[in-house]
Parts: sequence; structure tokens; C-alpha cells
Amino acid sequence: MIDVLIIGSGGAGLSAALHAKYEGSNVLVLSKTYPTHSQTSQAQAGINAVMNTKNDTVDEHIEDTLKSAHKLGSKQRIQSICQNAKETIEWLDEIAVPFSRDENNQIAQRQMGGAANKRACYSSDYTGLKIIHTLYDNCIKEDVQFLNEYMMLNIIKENDAAIGITALNITTGEVEEILAKQIILATGGYGGLYHGYTTNSYATTGEVINIAYNAGCELSNMEYIQFHPTTLINSNILVSESARGEGGYLVTADGVRFVDELRPRDEVARAIYKKLQNNEQVYLDLRHLGLDKINEAMPQERRLAYEFLGIKIEEELLPINPAAHYTMGGIKTNKDALTNVKNIYACGECAQHGIHGANRLGGNSLLEIVSFGKIAGKNAANEAKKIDIKKIESNQLQTDKNQCNSLFEYPNEINFYEIKHELGKILFENVGLFRNEEDLSLALEKIELWQEQYSKMGITDKSKSYNKNLVEFIEFKHMLDLSNIVTNCALSRKESRGAHFRNDFPKENSKYAKETIAYEINQEFQLNFEDVV
Amino acid sequence: MIVKVQRFNEDKQLNAVEKFEIKKDNGTVLDALIDIKEHQDSSLTFRCGCSSGVCGSCAIRVNGVEKLACKTTIKEDDLIEPLKYSKVIKDLVIDLSYEKEVLTRPKAYLQDFAKEVITQKDEKAIDRQSNCILCQSCYSSCPVFEVNKDFLGPYALTRVLRYLDDKREHEIKEKIDLIQKNGVWDCTLCGNCTMVCPQYIDPKMDIMNLRTKSFKYGYTDPNAMSFDSFGGGSDFGFNPNGF
Repeated sequence: MIDVLIIGSGGAGLSAALHAKYEGSNVLVLSKTYPTHSQTSQAQAGINAVMNTKNDTVDEHIEDTLKSAHKLGSKQRIQSICQNAKETIEWLDEIAVPFSRDENNQIAQRQMGGAANKRACYSSDYTGLKIIHTLYDNCIKEDVQFLNEYMMLNIIKENDAAIGITALNITTGEVEEILAKQIILATGGYGGLYHGYTTNSYATTGEVINIAYNAGCELSNMEYIQFHPTTLINSNILVSESARGEGGYLVTADGVRFVDELRPRDEVARAIYKKLQNNEQVYLDLRHLGLDKINEAMPQERRLAYEFLGIKIEEELLPINPAAHYTMGGIKTNKDALTNVKNIYACGECAQHGIHGANRLGGNSLLEIVSFGKIAGKNAANEAKKIDIKKIESNQLQTDKNQCNSLFEYPNEINFYEIKHELGKILFENVGLFRNEEDLSLALEKIELWQEQYSKMGITDKSKSYNKNLVEFIEFKHMLDLSNIVTNCALSRKESRGAHFRNDFPKENSKYAKETIAYEINQEFQLNFEDVV
Repeated sequence: MIVKVQRFNEDKQLNAVEKFEIKKDNGTVLDALIDIKEHQDSSLTFRCGCSSGVCGSCAIRVNGVEKLACKTTIKEDDLIEPLKYSKVIKDLVIDLSYEKEVLTRPKAYLQDFAKEVITQKDEKAIDRQSNCILCQSCYSSCPVFEVNKDFLGPYALTRVLRYLDDKREHEIKEKIDLIQKNGVWDCTLCGNCTMVCPQYIDPKMDIMNLRTKSFKYGYTDPNAMSFDSFGGGSDFGFNPNGF
């Protein structure tokens, strides 16, 4: 019997796996992709921690995070994650993450937007890449077991407690049942809903968040999507915040700066989007930093700009636009990373841990995935020691086998790939940086229409093994359902706070200094606002 | 424009090069593959993820050379094929299960942590090696796999060096021992791996470094006696960088 089953193999999942393993658990990681293919590899700029109290204080880290959260962050949990941040970095250092060093042989730290001091520890601009690969190497060392290229389909429950999952083995095309004492969801965010307008991986489609919702998990703050100010024009490839942190300017074509580049991401992104809506192109100007500085601090940016746009950032202006980048909302957890459904934990971007609130600070998400990965892994491992589950009679496996088979019979009268592009566009335009009642309602109408039309869509690849067409069709169902939830939450929050900006309610309203909670009763969508604890 | 794709589908008993006409003329190979999948043939199968060259999932061969599909501009008449030396599961998707095995065998991880002062110079020494994205391009380009499927291969050896050169690692001897058989001496130093690496890593140089370290631990080139009249096994092979 598996003690701890972890769904997802990014930074949160692998941290959870290692910490569960350290507690002596029998751990299995199930992943839709391969471990190092995860979204974590794309995180560039850094991971926040106060390493030396001469230059920075934990109180300032807490203060900055609370401020950015706009009263939607949990003070207690923010205090805890910031106080433990140094220890988190030290653990990463001990398992051999190659952090960059400063001239005093200490872990180097850089300035990020919204931070009072230089606080982000980094590995050049490959911080996430080097963390995920080091975590993977350690999983190999600790003999963590993996099932790669398995897509989770449903949670198996008995008496309101989760006891396992069903999953599609993508390679064979078989639906399988995997029972476990404890389950940790660590599958990343839902930025992929903004298809064509996001920095996120094609794999970051959020289906497990919707699966959790269908299994009774509460979702929280789903309307909160962070738009990164600077991504390469057309391709939406991330240009890290380190570019501005190191001194880069945002300018219009005539070279004029128009915003304080180190303001929080939501404010900078909106300022850029306004210019773009005015048909003015916006550029990142890094020329004054000089080639040496650029090569040292942002070698990846230089390479990306050249490889994708043919632009030398030390000589030319780099055209950029904002894109959906990070989702603050997710599966609601308590301080122990436990959801409201027994035996289900969630950690990382798929979860809403009460850390980012209305806006995430750069450098806090890597901190969150490693910190809450540890919390979830440890707690699940200890909980698993207390319980024993027997083989149960569940019809979930048969239901999901039948469901998968039935998808092959769908008529394919509508090409779902085309609708996926339309979905991304309408979400970006209507549920994006600026929102209002009319635009949101229009988006919701469209989404509901597509949800009705899903049974008229379908797949043309009828083969059993490695059917990506089928995988993407299943993902798309969940994308539509989640988009509906996101839009409904955005409609309900009739105020502007952090990344959620309503033109029709442009002010913050103290009535809404609460978390949005979305849940289901008898398959009906419900929404509450609850106090932040 | 016309592009050609090597198809393989066991269920359909398909194993042939197929031609597709695509509209886009300035996109990437990945854009072209997605366009074909969405509008012409949804059974076309390939891996992709970040589309920014860092997740390592979309490596394929374009006209025989290993490339990341997301970073390569598509051109008229390009032939797109899966990577070599692993079983093809479907179209451009290969079996990756060997990856964990080749990283496990030489213990390509930190075995024994020791607290050490790490300087900027120390960190720079493993910077490039730790940029590896495990895209498998170097494996596919390596001719040794034609004759020895048990070869540890370029990225596993580069990763061993990354930990050997990490001052925090105190278990040196075992790592050196583990790269002798099917390891550093099996490499022909042809430099293909260095040429195809999208992260500009130089596994050939890394393997030469590992040979030098092996000498220090008393190992010698097992092939040297048989063909090298100068002794010492200093055959540095073809250098693709021209220095």
C-alpha cells in the first residue's frame, strides 16, 4: 500500500516527496509529464528569504508580503513561511542547489519588485530550473518511485474520505486505480486557461483543481490571476522580473519611462496594458546595464531575446506585453496544507495557502512550493502512519473506464482546439487585467455555451496508446469548468483589490476584505466570502 | 510550405514519412506541429511544454540534427523525426524510461554533504553543467549507442562532473569508480553532444575532465594499449569548436 501518493512532479510535488520519504513513508509520485518537464523549470528570478539580518529583516519580508496581499493574506501563515525561509534555503543549499554567491561567499540576493531590500536568492536566472533538477536528483538518491505520463482522472472516496485515485496511463491508454493512505495534490496552477496569452506550459491546464472541486474540495480566490508585466511579444515567453530588479527600464517607442518599474506586478502590468490598448508599443530597455552585467545576471534573457526575436538586448529595445503568469487562487488549505476533504492535501500553485492573497510578490512562489511541499509531505507521512485502509468496493474505476471509452464516440462536429484559442482570448480580454460586469457576463455566456457544446466536440485520433488528442480533450473539459468558476468569482467580487481590477468598481471595498470560497452542493456552484484566518 | 514528418503508430500499423502543407512560414517547428495537430491530423503526437526552451520535453531531429522544436525556425521541406536510440512510442514521442536508470547507476547526485565555503568561482565551476534540461539531444547524437546500449552517455556523465566539482560533495572515490565501466572511456570524443546541446553545455570537455580525474585515482584508459602507440590515451578526437 502506498502511504503518500503525490500528484504532480514540480517543485512542490518533489519537495513533498522528499520530506515524506525522510519520514519513512512509502511514496509514489504520479505525473502527467516527466518530473523535470514541469513549470517550475521556468521560474527564473529567485526565491525570497532574509539570510542576513544586517541588510534585511524578517519583519520587512512579512510586511511586504502582507501589503502585496491586500488583506487577503493570512498573517499567521505569512509570518510562519517568512520566519522559516532561511531554513528552507539552507535545506536547498544542503541538497546541492547551486545558488549564486556574492563577493563574501554568501548566497547572493537580488532586488525584486515590491520588496524593501535585496531578498531573492538566485542561481543566475535559472533558479527554478536548478531547483527542480536538484530536487529530482535527490528523489533518485532517495529512491522515490515515479509513474510518469499518467493523467489523474478522479478521486476515489469512501465515507467522505479520499482513499485513492483513478488515472489514465497515457502510454498504454488504460485507466488504472491507485489506492493510497494520503494524497497530496501538487499539480500547478491554471494559467493555461489563458491559452495563447500566458507564460505557462501547455501542460498547466488546471484539471486537478477541478477534479478536487468535483470531489468536494473548496476552491478559493479563483478570480486572482497574476499577469506578468514583461513577456516577449507574440510568444509570451517570460522575461524575468530580475530584468527590472537589476535596473531595466520600461519605455515607449520614444524612449520615455511611464511607470516605476519596481511597483508590484499588477500595477506595472496594468500600466503597460493601458499603453498597448492605446496602440503604443512598450519596450524593456536594458542597454544601459552593459553586456557584462547582462551576461552575469540575466544570461537566459539575453539568449531568449536573441533566439526568439533576433534582438540583442545590450543594443536594442525589447518589445514586451503582459501575459497571464501565475494563479493566486486554488484549492483551499489550512496551515497544515490539508484541504477540507479528509486525506487530501494540496501544495504549491494548485493550492490557496493564504500567502499571496490578491497579488504575489516575485520570489515568494518558489518559497511557497518548497515550504508547503515540506509541510504537506511531513504531515501526510505522519497521518499515513495512523491509518490503514483495506481494499474497498468502488465503482469509480469502471465509471472512468466507461467515460474514457465514451469520449472516442463523441461526434467531433466542433474542433475543440479552435474553441481553446477562443477561450484563451476571451479570458484575456474580458477576465483579464481590466474587468467589468458586462465583459465578464459576456465571457460567462460564451463559456456556458461551450460547456453545452462539449458533447458535440470530440477526438479524431482513435488509437489507444499515447493518445494526446484524448488527453487534451479531457483537459479541455476541465478548462471550461474552471473558466466558469474563475469568471463567476470575478463577477462576485464587486471591487478592485490587487490583481483583480474592476473598471465599474475601481476602489477597494472593506466589505470584500475576505477570501472568495467556491464549492459545490449537489453539483450546483456555490460562492461565499469568508474571513481570512 | 511542405514539411515532412516521420510517423509511427503501432495501432494503425503506420511507419512512414508523411508530408503536410502548412500556412505559417516564420514560426517554429513546434508551431508547425501544433498547427498540423489542430487543423489537419489530430493523431500527430509529440511532447511539448514551456515553449521557451527550458523544460526539455520537445527535442526532436530536424534534417537529422537534434533540436528543440520550440526554438527552431521551420523551413521548407524540413524532415522532422524522433530522437534516436530509444524505442519510439508514437510519432515523435520516444520512451524516456532509461533516463532515471542512467542517472541512478553513476549516483549522479550529492551523496555526502559537507559544509564548505562556496565562492563565486566554485559556483561558476558547475554553473554550465547544472543548466542541463535533460532534453536527451546529446544521447540521440551519440554514436556510441550504435554499439553499446549500456553506455552512461553524455548528460549522465556531465551530471556526475557537476557533483564531483561541487565542493559540498565528499564522496568522490565512489563516483569515479562508477564511471569507469560503460563510462568515460567508451566515449569517442566525437563532440556531437557538444554541438547539439541547446544549453551550450560541453559534455565532451566534461568527459575529458572526468578522464583526468580518473587518472588521479589510478585508472587508465583500457583502450590505450590496443591502438595508441604513444600510450596514455590522449586521443582528444575531433574538436567541433575548432580549438
